[in-house]
Amino acid sequence: MILVARHALRESLRRRIFAVVIALSIAFGALYAFGAHELFKDVSGFSDDSSGLDPKTLAGATILGLAMFGSLFLGAVLAVFLTAGAVRGDAESGTLQPLIVRPLSRRRYLAGRLLAASLVSAGYVAFAYLGAVLITGLIGDWWPSNVLGSLIRLSGAAVVISALALLGSVFLTATANGIAVLMVYGAGLLAGLLGEIGDAIPSHSLQRIADVASWTLPFEELYRDALRELVGSAHGVTGAIIKLGPLGGSHDAGPLLLPWAIAYVVLAVLLAGWAFMRRDV
Amino acid sequence: MAAVLSVSSLHKRYGATAALSGVTLEVGEAELVGLLGPNGAGKSTLTGTVTVCGAPAGSDTARRSIGYLAELFRFPGWCTADEVLVLHQRLAGSSGGDAERRELLELVGLGREARRRVDTMSKGMQQRLGIAQALIGSPKLLLLDEPTSALDPAGRRTVRELLEELRRRGTSVLLNTHLLSEVEHVCDRVLILDRGAIVAAGAPAELTRARGVQVELASGTRVFDGAAREDVPRIVSDLVAAGEQVYSVQLLRSTLEERYLEVVA
Repeated sequence: MILVARHALRESLRRRIFAVVIALSIAFGALYAFGAHELFKDVSGFSDDSSGLDPKTLAGATILGLAMFGSLFLGAVLAVFLTAGAVRGDAESGTLQPLIVRPLSRRRYLAGRLLAASLVSAGYVAFAYLGAVLITGLIGDWWPSNVLGSLIRLSGAAVVISALALLGSVFLTATANGIAVLMVYGAGLLAGLLGEIGDAIPSHSLQRIADVASWTLPFEELYRDALRELVGSAHGVTGAIIKLGPLGGSHDAGPLLLPWAIAYVVLAVLLAGWAFMRRDV
Repeated sequence: MAAVLSVSSLHKRYGATAALSGVTLEVGEAELVGLLGPNGAGKSTLTGTVTVCGAPAGSDTARRSIGYLAELFRFPGWCTADEVLVLHQRLAGSSGGDAERRELLELVGLGREARRRVDTMSKGMQQRLGIAQALIGSPKLLLLDEPTSALDPAGRRTVRELLEELRRRGTSVLLNTHLLSEVEHVCDRVLILDRGAIVAAGAPAELTRARGVQVELASGTRVFDGAAREDVPRIVSDLVAAGEQVYSVQLLRSTLEERYLEVVA
């Protein structure tokens, strides 16, 4: 498993995927820093003490929520590109055949591919998120209430997307799987936004739709919970405004989310392994 | 001869289509067996199933004793020839190290290409690298699915010589190919597969049959159709008695190609 993961990681390095990602991330970071600087400057005159609004928290939580959205999106794209063709795609190109005739179980092959994709995508999400936290803190002097909690949930979301892409790769060609997973990702985000609207109105129907969709696709629930961890300490008018926004953290997923996300990934890999065992390549 | 590979009544279906219908075969130690058959006969299905490409997967021990080159294969373009072999050494649990890699690359004529990236190699070079990869860990049985399909005549000769060398070393080979001349030259036994079943089997000489006797005389060449080896003394004596001068006698046999076309028609 480690050997397969190392091979996949070396492929990412040798194909200059990391170089491209780092170069684009630096550009993303620079743009983010400029945006954060302008935002903190603009909101500094929003409020006096009597309104109870904390402009620094409002600006910091909003722009960092946006950075989390961007980080997860880029992490999802990485996860999809690294795993979309892991089985059927590689079998069609002939890359898989020389590997699986070796004494390497198909489950270990899948686990190795997932490990590599998770390290890259979750690692990237963590790197981008921590970079955004640092930039926000240094520019606006605002730090989120639970950096580690958000980090774990956001990186976990990238792992869940990798597992879904891996599962899809057993059944679909690389292109079809890539499109399917990105569409599922979009559907999850849409469900999350519906949930935010449902919380703001409030509408129990929308909340229920969002909950079912988010637990079915736990990357979305992890993302929503990561937003909540981000602004957990914001109270009063500021907290209310942030939580009502599209990047708000009004939704508490509860203590079962992380165990469910872990179980979900394990189930996806087991299902992929079960299907792969029954497939000719 | 001990069997290195023994397949008994192997069936395989793809939906309503029977890809293999009760195939039984054995490959003995140091035996080179050719597998012939038209497209869609089930040759690749057979080799694929034997090498666990077909589900369910076999044991690790069985896999370690098999080397396989698929008809459709590709190594990562970013890897060098040496890196491909290192990866497969690790996967196969081979402890051969540098020496094994050097030897295998020399064996397939890529001794000077160890540091060359796969994506800069010709198809023929990649195919030879594929054979080297299949030989990692000194497998007892080598399954080659169309190993010469992308090779030029010189490359084919290299593979033929390689197969003969493997036989000398005691490696058994199941060779799946369309090239009858290849099979005729190097194989100890031939299996002809058609519509998922073995329709003919035997040594190349056994599969061909007597077609007649050709005699070169002072008056020209005469062919005695249907005559066999046992008929030669009588034919020669009759001709001499008739006053003919006999310069040479040659037994005529049908070719493997003729036999192949006969059984798969």
